Amino acid sequence: MVEVDSIKKYFVKRNGFFTRDEKVVKAVDGVSFSIKKGETFGLAGGSGCGKSTLAKLITGILKPDEGTVSLNGAVDIVFQDPFGSLNPRMTIQEIVGEALYIRGKDKEEIEKRVRDSLRMVKLSDSNTLTKYPHQFSGGERQRIAIARALIHRPEFIVLDEPVSSLDVSIQAGILNLLKDLQQEHSITYLFISHDLRVVEFMSDVVGIMKEGSLVEVASAKDIYNSPKHEYTRHLIASIPTI
Amino acid sequence: MNKRIIFGLVVILGMMIIALFAPFIAQQDPLEINHDARLEPPSINHLFGTDNLGRDTFSRMVYGSRISLSVGFIAVLISLGIGISLGGLSGYYGGKVDGVIMRLVEIMYCFPTFFLIMMIITFLGPSIVNVMIVIGLTSWAGLCRLVRAEFLTLRERDFVHSAKVQGVSDMRIMFRHILPNAMAPVYVSATLSIGGAILIESALSFLGLGVQIPNPSWGNILTSGKNYMDYAWWLTVFPGFAILFTVLSFNLIGEGLREVLDPKLREKRR
Repeated sequence: MVEVDSIKKYFVKRNGFFTRDEKVVKAVDGVSFSIKKGETFGLAGGSGCGKSTLAKLITGILKPDEGTVSLNGAVDIVFQDPFGSLNPRMTIQEIVGEALYIRGKDKEEIEKRVRDSLRMVKLSDSNTLTKYPHQFSGGERQRIAIARALIHRPEFIVLDEPVSSLDVSIQAGILNLLKDLQQEHSITYLFISHDLRVVEFMSDVVGIMKEGSLVEVASAKDIYNSPKHEYTRHLIASIPTI
Repeated sequence: MNKRIIFGLVVILGMMIIALFAPFIAQQDPLEINHDARLEPPSINHLFGTDNLGRDTFSRMVYGSRISLSVGFIAVLISLGIGISLGGLSGYYGGKVDGVIMRLVEIMYCFPTFFLIMMIITFLGPSIVNVMIVIGLTSWAGLCRLVRAEFLTLRERDFVHSAKVQGVSDMRIMFRHILPNAMAPVYVSATLSIGGAILIESALSFLGLGVQIPNPSWGNILTSGKNYMDYAWWLTVFPGFAILFTVLSFNLIGEGLREVLDPKLREKRR
């Protein structure tokens, strides 16, 4: 369903205008994995390990320097920060319906499908459509972002830290919603988070990423019960216990 | 509501009404010469006095306001068009496009604008249409940089990334997603530029490169008045103040807008 084959992305930083002193940051350094249809691949790792760059490479926001990404069908993405991912100058109808609008669908169909999409994320207040993003809470905005991703019925959605900026009390609601949607519509997920517990809850297969590379890939159970790589053990050991 | 904006708006709206209804407000023909009423001081018949040919200064100034305001608005519209398109392309695409456009901006910055305008007008011949176009064509560089800077930051926002993933075209991303979020500083800059454009037009007309006599503009009323400054103060004071207040009002609106639209204040309100 989703095949990522040894992709690389390096960023070159020049230390000042007059110097040849360059620093190469290997954000993603030869990552390969595949995801089966309807499954969730969880990607965990510390901050700065290249998770978000990988998400941008897979969705085509960035072009890889090397390697290929092959997808069967449409892809969409949900970002971490629901304040930055919704255009503040557009109404919810315009935001959620845009993917259909640019494909020339007529007005009635767009409105109907926007309503369907919002119902799927459990936002069915009748005057939602004409409101602007700032009139919603963080959790509601993230639901709107999910509704936008769902509207053109993608087979694959990249979830880049979708609950990291939300209150813990709201996180569970969003995670359960994502799971329900996956079961109903057999959507494939790439779920990215720095929070191992959330990744365990969501994923079938987990990949641990460190400094641009995948250091370990295993089923969610195996990762926690018998971690093989030292870094994985370190991450599991540092999960805070209450 | 901001006091500066209100003051500026009142003056500008007043000016606009005067310009729009000039034939009803000016009781005398601004071009009619009357040798029996030369250099008369302000009176009931001639509110702002008469000039060396006996023409009514008030009527001439009322018609002159049409020139000042239309030059201001049209010149700025032209520079907005150029500045937004080039700045947008530059900031959005970056790389070579950005390089070429920014070199162009730097070249524009190298010329002393006023002398460049004077030179072009001398070649093209003085006319009010030429003045509008040339002011517009030479004053977009600052705006271009401003728009570029806004586009540079906005293109990295997640709502733009999201639009890209959904397959929204570059054109639509630029105009529908980025531009509306980049307009606040553009409004400020454009308002301030209107004042600047009016000032340039007045200066050009003063030097005889703008509106040609006998047609009135604030700048050329000032020119013909300067020879009689010693004993006919009304010929220089009234057009001088008209220019001052108009430009001042646009600047106050611009400053007020800057205050209202300041991103820090905006964050607080959200």
